Amino acid sequence: MSDGAFMISPRWRWFGVACSALFFVLAFTATGAAQSIGPVQAILQEHRAVLEKSSRKTVGPVIDALGDSGLERAPLVLEAWQARNLYQRTEDGLFFIGEERGGTNRLIDVDSGDDVGEITRDTAKQLRPNGGVRRVIGSALVRFQLNAPDPADREAALQAIDRNPEEVHLAALGASIDAESDPTLRSRKQRMLRLLEIRFEKDEAARVAAIESFRGDIGVDVRAALNPLVATRLEVVAGEPPVTRNVARVLAPGSAELPRDVAYSALVDAGLATARIDREAIKSALVANIVDGSVGGALVAELDTDAARDAAYAQLANDGLAPRALSEADVDQALSAHTFFLSYSERSSAVTEAAEAVLSSINLSLGAAQGADLLLDGLSLASIYFLAAIGLAITFGVMGVINMAHGEFIMMGAYTGYVVQLFVPDYTLSLIIALPLAFAVTFGAGVALERTVIRWLYHRPLETLLATFGVSIALQQLAKNIFGTQARPLTAPDWLDGAMVINDVVSISYIRIAIFVLALLFLALFLLIMKRTRLGLEVRAVTQNPKMAASMGINPDRINMLTFGFGSGIAGVAGVAIGLFAQVTSELGQQYIVQSFMTVVVGGVGNIWGALAGATMIGGLQKAIEWLNPSNTLAAQTYMILFVILFIQFRPRGMIALTGRAAEA
Amino acid sequence: MTALDTARPRRRSFLIDNPSVMIFIAALGVFTVVATVLSEGFGVGLLSTSLVKTLGKTLCLCMIAIAMDLVWGYCGILSLGHFAFFGLGGYMIGMWLMYARTETIVIESLANAPLPPTEQEIIDAIGVQIFGVVGSSDFPWIWAFADSLAIQLALVVLVPGLLALVFGWLAFRSRVTGVYLSILTQAMTLALSLYLFQNDSGLRGNNGLSGLQNLPGLDETPQSIVSIWFLWASALALALTYLFAAWLVSGKFGSVVQAIRDDEARVRFLGYPVEGFKLFVFTLTAVIAGIAGALYYPQAGIINPAELAPIASIYLAVWVAIGGRGRLYGAVIGAAVVSLLSTWFTGGRAPDIPLGFYTVQWVDWWQVLLGIGFVCVTLFAPKGLGGLVDLFVDTKRLAQRRPETSAAELASPRPQPSEN
Repeated sequence: MSDGAFMISPRWRWFGVACSALFFVLAFTATGAAQSIGPVQAILQEHRAVLEKSSRKTVGPVIDALGDSGLERAPLVLEAWQARNLYQRTEDGLFFIGEERGGTNRLIDVDSGDDVGEITRDTAKQLRPNGGVRRVIGSALVRFQLNAPDPADREAALQAIDRNPEEVHLAALGASIDAESDPTLRSRKQRMLRLLEIRFEKDEAARVAAIESFRGDIGVDVRAALNPLVATRLEVVAGEPPVTRNVARVLAPGSAELPRDVAYSALVDAGLATARIDREAIKSALVANIVDGSVGGALVAELDTDAARDAAYAQLANDGLAPRALSEADVDQALSAHTFFLSYSERSSAVTEAAEAVLSSINLSLGAAQGADLLLDGLSLASIYFLAAIGLAITFGVMGVINMAHGEFIMMGAYTGYVVQLFVPDYTLSLIIALPLAFAVTFGAGVALERTVIRWLYHRPLETLLATFGVSIALQQLAKNIFGTQARPLTAPDWLDGAMVINDVVSISYIRIAIFVLALLFLALFLLIMKRTRLGLEVRAVTQNPKMAASMGINPDRINMLTFGFGSGIAGVAGVAIGLFAQVTSELGQQYIVQSFMTVVVGGVGNIWGALAGATMIGGLQKAIEWLNPSNTLAAQTYMILFVILFIQFRPRGMIALTGRAAEA
Repeated sequence: MTALDTARPRRRSFLIDNPSVMIFIAALGVFTVVATVLSEGFGVGLLSTSLVKTLGKTLCLCMIAIAMDLVWGYCGILSLGHFAFFGLGGYMIGMWLMYARTETIVIESLANAPLPPTEQEIIDAIGVQIFGVVGSSDFPWIWAFADSLAIQLALVVLVPGLLALVFGWLAFRSRVTGVYLSILTQAMTLALSLYLFQNDSGLRGNNGLSGLQNLPGLDETPQSIVSIWFLWASALALALTYLFAAWLVSGKFGSVVQAIRDDEARVRFLGYPVEGFKLFVFTLTAVIAGIAGALYYPQAGIINPAELAPIASIYLAVWVAIGGRGRLYGAVIGAAVVSLLSTWFTGGRAPDIPLGFYTVQWVDWWQVLLGIGFVCVTLFAPKGLGGLVDLFVDTKRLAQRRPETSAAELASPRPQPSEN
C-alpha cells in the first residue's frame, strides 16, 4: 500500500482531481439547488435592502421589477409577500416562500418551488410588510390576476380595480382584453377600461371618446368616474381669471349662488381682504376695553342695543384702541375689484365639457330609472295596503260594518305565523302551514265576533265602531300579555331573501314581489267567490236587500256570518305577509288600520275595484310624496292624509262610487 | 221636556227646569272644597300633590267629555278627533309657559355677563335653550307671539276653533256623515300628530313641550299651592262649561241639534240650515276642548305629539259612551270614573288577584277588562252609567205622580240616540 501510496500513478492523480472536482460540485448542489440563484431570487436580492425594511414609498422599484420581469413565479412571490408569507433565511439572506407541508412550515424556493428546509425561529425571519405596502402589492397583483386562468380570479381583479382604480391598471387591463375568453368578463373589462380611460388616459381625444361612450348610462361606477371631473371650487382673483384655470362659471357676488357674505369671506380666506368686524368681535373688543364701568364714552349698562354698541366701538376705533370697522361701501369696493369664479380641478376644458354633457344625459335617464323604481315602490306599497284593506273592503264595503278590530285580526295572523315557526323550523314549510292556519284562526275569530257582538248592532253602525274598538283594545292587550311587548320575528324563507336587481337604480325585493302576487291572488279569489259561486251570489243578494233575499230562502244571518269570517280570514293572511317584512308586535294592526280605512273610503265603499284603486292611489301617492321630500316619511304621511281629507271633499263616495239604489243602502 | 212643561209659559229660569245642573254644580263645589281642605297646600295634607293634580286633570277631562257629549250625544257627530283640539290648546299655552320660563332663566344667566345683553341676544339664547334638543336655534314663525300671554291665550281658543271651522266646513259642506266623518276626523288627528312628530314642525318634535308645571315668575310658589290653583281653575271652567252646555241644549237650539241627531234629512226639509248648526256645534266643542287642554297640560307638565294620537280621541268616545251620552252628567261621570279607574289600575296600586295557577295583575289585564266592559256597555246598556240615574228618578216620579201621567210618560220615552 505504501508502495502504491508512494508511487502515485498519473491515473490516480487524475482520479484525485476528479474527486476534488466532484466534491466541489457535490458541495455546491448539497447546500441546495437554491444556491444557484434563480432569476426571481436575483431580483429579490438586488432589492434586498428594500425588502428587509419595506415602506409604501420605497417598494415601487421591486414590485415593478417583479411585475415587468414576466417571470411565471413572480406573482406567487408577490402574493406570498402580501400575505406575510415571505421569509428570509438567516444564514445567507436568501428569500423563500413559507408553506405548510406535512404538518411543519417549510421554506420553499422562490424559483423552483423546492422544499429546502423547515422554518424555525433560528433559520428564517418572516418579512412583515405594513398595510400600506400590502395595498401597493395588491394593486400590482391585479395585473397578474387579470390574466389568471380561473375566471373567478379575473373577476376578483376587476372588483379590486373597481374599488381602487390606479393608473397602472390602465395598460394592464388593456393588454388583458384580447386574451379574455369569457364574453361577460370581456365586456366588463372593456367597460372598466373605458372607466379607467376617463380617469387616467393622457390623450385628450381618447378620454373624451371614453366619456362620450357612457352617454345615458346610469351605472353608479360611471357617475363615480365622471363626478370628480366636474367638481368645482370657488376661487377669487383680482382682475380676470387666469388662462391656466379651467373656468366653469364666473359668479357675481350678491347673487343667489354667491351671497355677499360668502363672497366676502372667500376674499378674506384668500388673503385678499381684511375680515369684517362682526357682532362678536365688537362685543369682545368692548369687553376688553372696559374702564371703570364705561367703554367708548358710554356706560356699560347702556350697551344693551346694537346701535349703542356700534357707537361705542366707533369711539374705540377713533381712539385707536380697535381696528376700524369696514363700511358696506368698503365691502362693495373690495368685491367689485375681484372676480369670483368656479374652476374645475380638471384642466382640460374639452374633457369637462364632455363630462358635463354626458352627466346631464345620464341624469335624464337616471330620472327615468328613478321614476320606474318609484313606480315599483308605489306598486309594492299599494299591494300591502290592498292586502290589508281587502278584508275591510268586504266587512265595511260589502256589509257596511265598521270593524275597528280589523287591525287586530292582521296582528293575529302575524302571531299565528310566529307560533307556527316555533313548532316548524323549516321556514318554507312553516309559511305553507301558516297561511291557511292564519286564515282559519282569524276566520274563527271573525265569526265569533260577528255572532257575539256585531249581529246585535247591524242597525247602529256607529256603535259597531265603538264595540269593535272595545274588542280591539282587549285583543291588543291580550296579545301583549301572551307574547310580551318586544317584537317577535317572522322569518322569511331563504328563497324570498334578496332582491331582483334590474340595474343600479331599479331593484325590488322578492318579498315585495311575493306580496304583490299574493294581493293579485286574493283579488282573483275574491272575484271568483263573489261572481262564480253560490255563496257569492247570496252575499250580493243579502247586501242589496236582506229582506228580499230572506224571502227567497237565503239565510241572511248565515251569510253575514260567513262574509264577516271571510273578510277577517283575509286579514289574517295579510298579517302573515306583513309580518314577513315588518316587526310583529301587538301594535302591528294599529299601523295599518287608519290607512286601510282610508284606502276603502278613498276607493269607494262596496266595491273591490274601489279598494284596488284606493290602495294604488294611496300607495303611489305616499311614495311620490316621499320622493319629493325623501328625508321625511312622517311628512309624507301627513300630506297624504291631508290630501285624502281634501279628496273626500270632491268625491265623498270615493273614486269608484256606487250609484243608484245600492249607494243609499 | 214633558208635555206638561211645554204647555206652561217659558218664563222660568232653565235652572229650575234642569235641576241636575244645580245638583252638579253643588257637587262640584263640595268636591273642590273637600279637595282643598284635604290637600297639602291649603289643608291637612291627606291628598298628595300628585293626587290633587290627577283630580285637576280629571276635571279637565270631564270638560272635554262634555264637549264630546255635545257633539256626539246631542248632535250625533261621532268625532274621533277632539283630542287634537285638546292637544292644540295645550300646545298653545305650553308655548308661552316654556318661552316665558326660559326667558327668566336666560336673563338670570346673562345678568353676570360683562355687557348687558341686547334683545336679540336674549332671544337667540332662548332659541338655543328651547330648540337645541331638535338641533336648531331659530324660532319658527309659529312662535311669533310666544312672548305674549294674552295672544297665546287667545290662540288657545282661536287655533282649535279655526281648525275645526275649516275642517267642519269642508266636511259638512260635502255632506260627509256617519262613519265616514268619524274616519275623516280620525285621519285629521293622525295627520296632526304625525306632523307634530317631525323635528322641523317647530314644536320640538317628539320631545314635545316640557316643564309646563313651572309657572313663570312663580318659582317661589311650591307645586302644592299651584296644583290647588289649577284645581280651582279647572273646577270653575268645568262648572261654566256645564252651565253653558246645559243652557245651550235646553233651549230651542238644543232641540234643533237633537233633531239633527235623530233625523238629519227631516230637519233639513223643515228649513233649518243643518250644516250651519253642525258646524257651530263642532267648532264650539273644539274651542271647549282647546280650553280644557290649556288647563290640563300645565298640570301634566309635558305635552308631546303622542297625546294627539287617534287612540286618545277614541278613548274619549269610550268615556262618554260608558258614562251615557245624550246627558251632560253622563259624560262627566264616564270621564271621571273611567279615567280615574284607569289611573288606579295601570298605576300598579290595585291589588293583584291570585287564582292559584295564575296571578291576575291589573296592569296587564285592566285594558282587557276595559275593552270587554266597553263592548258590554255598548251591547246591553246603551244609556251607560247615566242610565242608573234614570232608574232612580223614574222610581221617584212613579211614586209621586198619578199613575196615568207616568204611564203616558213611560209610553213615550225620550228618543234614543240613533244614527244612520
